[in-house]
Amino acid sequence: MAVVEQTAAARPAFAAARRRLPLAWLGVAPFLAFAGLFLLWPAADVLVGAFRTDAGGLTFKHVGDLFQAQYLRAYRTSVELSLLTAALGVVLGGVFAYASVREGTPRVVRAVVTAFSGVAANFGGIPLAFAFIATLGTVGVVTGWLRDVGIDLYAHGFTLFGFWGLAITYLYFQVPLMLLVVAPALDGLRREWREAAESLGAPGWRYWAHVGLPVLAPSFLGAFLLLFGNAFSAYATAYALAGGSVNLVPILIGSVLSGNVLSDPHLGQALAFGMVVVMAATTLLYALINRRVSRWTR
Amino acid sequence: MRRPALFPALTLIGAAAFFLIPLGATLEFSLRTAGGHGFGAYGDLLKQHQFWSTLGLSLRLAGESIAAVLVLLVPTAYWVHLRAPRLRPLVAFLCVLPFVVPPIVLIVGLLGIFRGAPGWWLGSPQFLVPGYVVLSLPYAWFSLDAGLRSIDVRTLSEAAHSLGAGSLRTLSLVILPGLRAAVLAASLLTLAIVLGEFTMASLALFNTFPVFVAYVGQTQATGAAALTIVSIGMLWAAMLALALATRARGGKARA
Repeated sequence: MAVVEQTAAARPAFAAARRRLPLAWLGVAPFLAFAGLFLLWPAADVLVGAFRTDAGGLTFKHVGDLFQAQYLRAYRTSVELSLLTAALGVVLGGVFAYASVREGTPRVVRAVVTAFSGVAANFGGIPLAFAFIATLGTVGVVTGWLRDVGIDLYAHGFTLFGFWGLAITYLYFQVPLMLLVVAPALDGLRREWREAAESLGAPGWRYWAHVGLPVLAPSFLGAFLLLFGNAFSAYATAYALAGGSVNLVPILIGSVLSGNVLSDPHLGQALAFGMVVVMAATTLLYALINRRVSRWTR
Repeated sequence: MRRPALFPALTLIGAAAFFLIPLGATLEFSLRTAGGHGFGAYGDLLKQHQFWSTLGLSLRLAGESIAAVLVLLVPTAYWVHLRAPRLRPLVAFLCVLPFVVPPIVLIVGLLGIFRGAPGWWLGSPQFLVPGYVVLSLPYAWFSLDAGLRSIDVRTLSEAAHSLGAGSLRTLSLVILPGLRAAVLAASLLTLAIVLGEFTMASLALFNTFPVFVAYVGQTQATGAAALTIVSIGMLWAAMLALALATRARGGKARA
């Protein structure tokens, strides 16, 4: 009897929900249609195309081709560049953020640094490449200064248009992005913790080793993944600086697409597929870590 | 301060050098002329038809992208906040998905699915607008979502409805004014993205402003530096306006 009552009571609510459901979906239908057409379909086309023959059949040839030395090398260079600039970005950006937001620093410094970082983190693409060509290129301003004091960068094997030049340039947006991401986490470090550590006789480095960095670790790890993805998907700066000299995956895709090397659409799709795999793994890891971070910072 | 903060001070000085020297160097570079310094490179730019036409095209695409982003996302965000909270995770997920699909992958996909499309679509620069909207989705969503959370949508909507306003009237006369800062922030971020976007435009063979900047870079060094200064100026203007827009709401609608 009790069971019958329950189902009877539940039925109107269920019916109401069923009536409301299509309406709820109707409201987001335009958005879903747009996302389906211009985000999911193109992404799916790339993923499926990577496994397709010209005739439309299934093949693992294109994805298998990614394991040829030249493409493997491109992925390796891309990953190395992203790992390096993410690691340097986390360390340098972390120190920079700490110096800007710590208590002894005037508030105005923090305001200026944050505002500037908001711009610099968005400053990428072609103009960033040109800014560094004007600075560290063969006739750049800093190159000239250093030559005047007897240091000829380019005679010592440095080139802006290679891996390390690209890494220095990427730091221009990686460091500010790190600052923007970790400043809130640094704010979360309680002054009392430091005071407690000091009153117990811990020197500064012990405070950082046993309290500060362990608390910040999840935020830093999340930021590292964000910076990694940021560098991994960048194309324009690399194209303008090192389009011909450093083979990154996006540059390869670009040249396949514009038919410079060989114009095989499936190869481009396979290369893009590899990028999505790397980005998806990065994002998934980031989401997992972020869930932990938000549990801590509550 | 109990002790001189030497390390933080040195860090800030080092950071200032790293971030400001390239800007100063670019400025100096852009002012170089055959005999010394002057505004020659800028003057040459202003005389180039391509400078104005590509800048005009990029601004037009930015305007269209902003309009599309707002028309698409404002009602959707309002809807999932008020009527369909259960669909909110889905919408949020789709809005963040572009992070997983880099621009270079997106354009491979877009060119792939529209390979056989008619010329009026594939050949017109408006082809880029949906892609730009996709690139802007994460930023626009964060901004609008935060904006909607900072105002009490439910109470405001119920009050408006009880006074006899329909949904459209509520959205346009009650919700939108409260979202002004968030809408402005979403628009400015979209503007900054479109004005700087090179990957998709260059691979889809459209002559937008960043593509023009890249082209100039291959031929004239000082002209490229001058264009870089112009680009930085536009980015600064957009970001400054963004800071002011979000400050106006007490930073509630942070992007």
